[in-house]
Amino acid sequence: MTSFNSDNPASIVSVTDRVRKVELPQSATALHFLGDSAGFVGVENSISFANASGNVSTHEIHDGGILCTVSDGKRIVTGGDDGKLVTVDASGATETIASDAKRRWIDNVALHPDGAIAWSAGKTAFVRPTKGDEKSLDVVSTVGGLAFAPKGLRLAVAHYNGVTLWFPNMAAKPEVLEWKGSHLGVTFSDDNKFLVTTMHESALHGWRLADNRHMRMTGYPSRVRSMSWTADGKHLATSGADTVIVWPFTSKDGPMGKEPAMLAPLQAKVTVVACHPKNDILAAGYSNGMVLMVRMQDGAEILVRRNDDAPVSALAWNAKGSLLGFASENGDAGLLTL
Amino acid sequence: MSDVAASKIPVTVLTGYLGAGKTTLLNRILSENHGKKYAVIVNEFGEIGIDNDLIIGADEEVFEMNNGCVCCTVRGDLVRILDGLMKRKGKFDAIILETTGLADPAPVAQTFFVDEDVREKTSLDAVVTVADAKWLSARLKDAPEAKNQIAFADVIVLNKTDLVSKAELAEVEARIRGINPYAKLHRTERCQVALNDVLDRKAFDLDRILEIEPEFLGESDHHDHDHDHDHDHHDHGHDHAHGHGHSHGGLKHYHDEDMKSLSLKTEKPLDANKFMPWLQALVASDGQSILRSKGILSFKDDDDRYVFQGVHMMIEGDHQREWKADEPRVSRLVFIGRELPEQKIRDGFEKCIA
Repeated sequence: MTSFNSDNPASIVSVTDRVRKVELPQSATALHFLGDSAGFVGVENSISFANASGNVSTHEIHDGGILCTVSDGKRIVTGGDDGKLVTVDASGATETIASDAKRRWIDNVALHPDGAIAWSAGKTAFVRPTKGDEKSLDVVSTVGGLAFAPKGLRLAVAHYNGVTLWFPNMAAKPEVLEWKGSHLGVTFSDDNKFLVTTMHESALHGWRLADNRHMRMTGYPSRVRSMSWTADGKHLATSGADTVIVWPFTSKDGPMGKEPAMLAPLQAKVTVVACHPKNDILAAGYSNGMVLMVRMQDGAEILVRRNDDAPVSALAWNAKGSLLGFASENGDAGLLTL
Repeated sequence: MSDVAASKIPVTVLTGYLGAGKTTLLNRILSENHGKKYAVIVNEFGEIGIDNDLIIGADEEVFEMNNGCVCCTVRGDLVRILDGLMKRKGKFDAIILETTGLADPAPVAQTFFVDEDVREKTSLDAVVTVADAKWLSARLKDAPEAKNQIAFADVIVLNKTDLVSKAELAEVEARIRGINPYAKLHRTERCQVALNDVLDRKAFDLDRILEIEPEFLGESDHHDHDHDHDHDHHDHGHDHAHGHGHSHGGLKHYHDEDMKSLSLKTEKPLDANKFMPWLQALVASDGQSILRSKGILSFKDDDDRYVFQGVHMMIEGDHQREWKADEPRVSRLVFIGRELPEQKIRDGFEKCIA
């Protein structure tokens, strides 16, 4: 791969000439790779797959706006304001998995490695296991985010004033982790030891699951909308500041009492982060449209996309780590082969 | 600033006690031939017929900001819905948010003060309160929610005026004015009000805080709904400290027992270094009782008008423009609230005079 330049940031290494432009019919809010096919989730109702040669096929998958998406690398699952939960594969074949009876918005969706799907509408979280009946759980307020634990069938449901941890296949009362405020995104660490939420305020909150000890991660100038675990699962990269903030989860205390690493500072806000699936490299998109690849070890940077003032809205690697894709709010999109 | 503001989607908040006619007004807005598309956020989702393409059900979920301020409440569902809607920007021109009859408008307004994403893409246009001419007086006695909605309003649609006598109408108007003399008031039957009287008011736009004189003085003269109220200026240079049931210009004046407005005025320039800390401290200590605040200020050695507005503890302000040569440099402040510490506010304000 292209060598990083850490000595002289003024002459930053650029690979912008190697980016293949992708022509999208509508700007994309999310991006998931199915193999080497890049699925750009449109701001409205469609998904566009771009293959390695840059050909784009677009499929309308909702009767309205797409509100949430997730992928396991084999399929993309989307929830829409048409009250539908739809799965789509790389061929563009779609299947409606669920339709909300009251046509409520499907706000969140999560996938379990074993194929189970979770989604939420209003205050209700639903889980459809690979076998057995669909189950649902009502929480105290509208669901802000969903995440499956890496082990077992356990779902974290983020809401106001905390997170509910639910074993859908067990009769036990779900456990509630409390912390005042509105919790939106939620993620488990790969080792299942920590749970982290993005809050409505400009902060993350975390719990050490062994003893539910709190971890406050504050200091962001704006709300954190994007989190990504590094390849080794030991660091969490986040958006929301004018640098990529990377919290260490290397010790048993997680980031407690530690300073985060601050990488790739710019005069712009980081809007989206995506860690490379194999190497200690991350990609960061900024509010000014710039996309950088950053080496975690020393913060060396490679320019992938120049700034044009349209915020970067989506960023993803394929599973092999050989392709990086991005999209920005002005409808621009590109693919870089490493 | 105005360019940015122009690209923001305006949000009109429709409040009113149960049965006042919110849905009637909503349907009236939607059915008029205005050539505009509205996204409508409602609570009683699917229960009442609303004829619109884009209707979203809300849950009216209020949460407290984690900043130690108990009145800093935000409508979390609104944050989520506006975020979802703004992904479809271009599909609609404006948003109308109907609250439940029992809702407090403050968390809605505060959402627009504190949420960066909401602020970036939308602007709160006005709080429009529909009031039932026949029942409002009774509700003001037994329903604190109804009183809040009147106190908070930028526009009051006094509906069902055909169901009351002239005397009853005068009575209910006086009760409204006892609480909120600053809102635009429109008398209607079946919510027949001109759209431009309720939409596109820019009531929360700092640039539009042009005058904060009480509305009621000239009101008995106009019953029609089609004239432009934007720049009404009631320059009656006298004091409004009326007693209970005091009669003035044919209108009775009541002072509500706990909800009232307080207006302050001085022709002497203020000391910005004293005023700003005083205002901050005031809303920090008494923000829970102050529902709305507004001000146009003249600071010493400053040729610009300074304007501010606030909801409970949240205040935003900015230099607006230069004072005009022929314009008297008068500072005016208005507070609407419950059990306002009037003497404390008056004394504190006096000390801010340069």
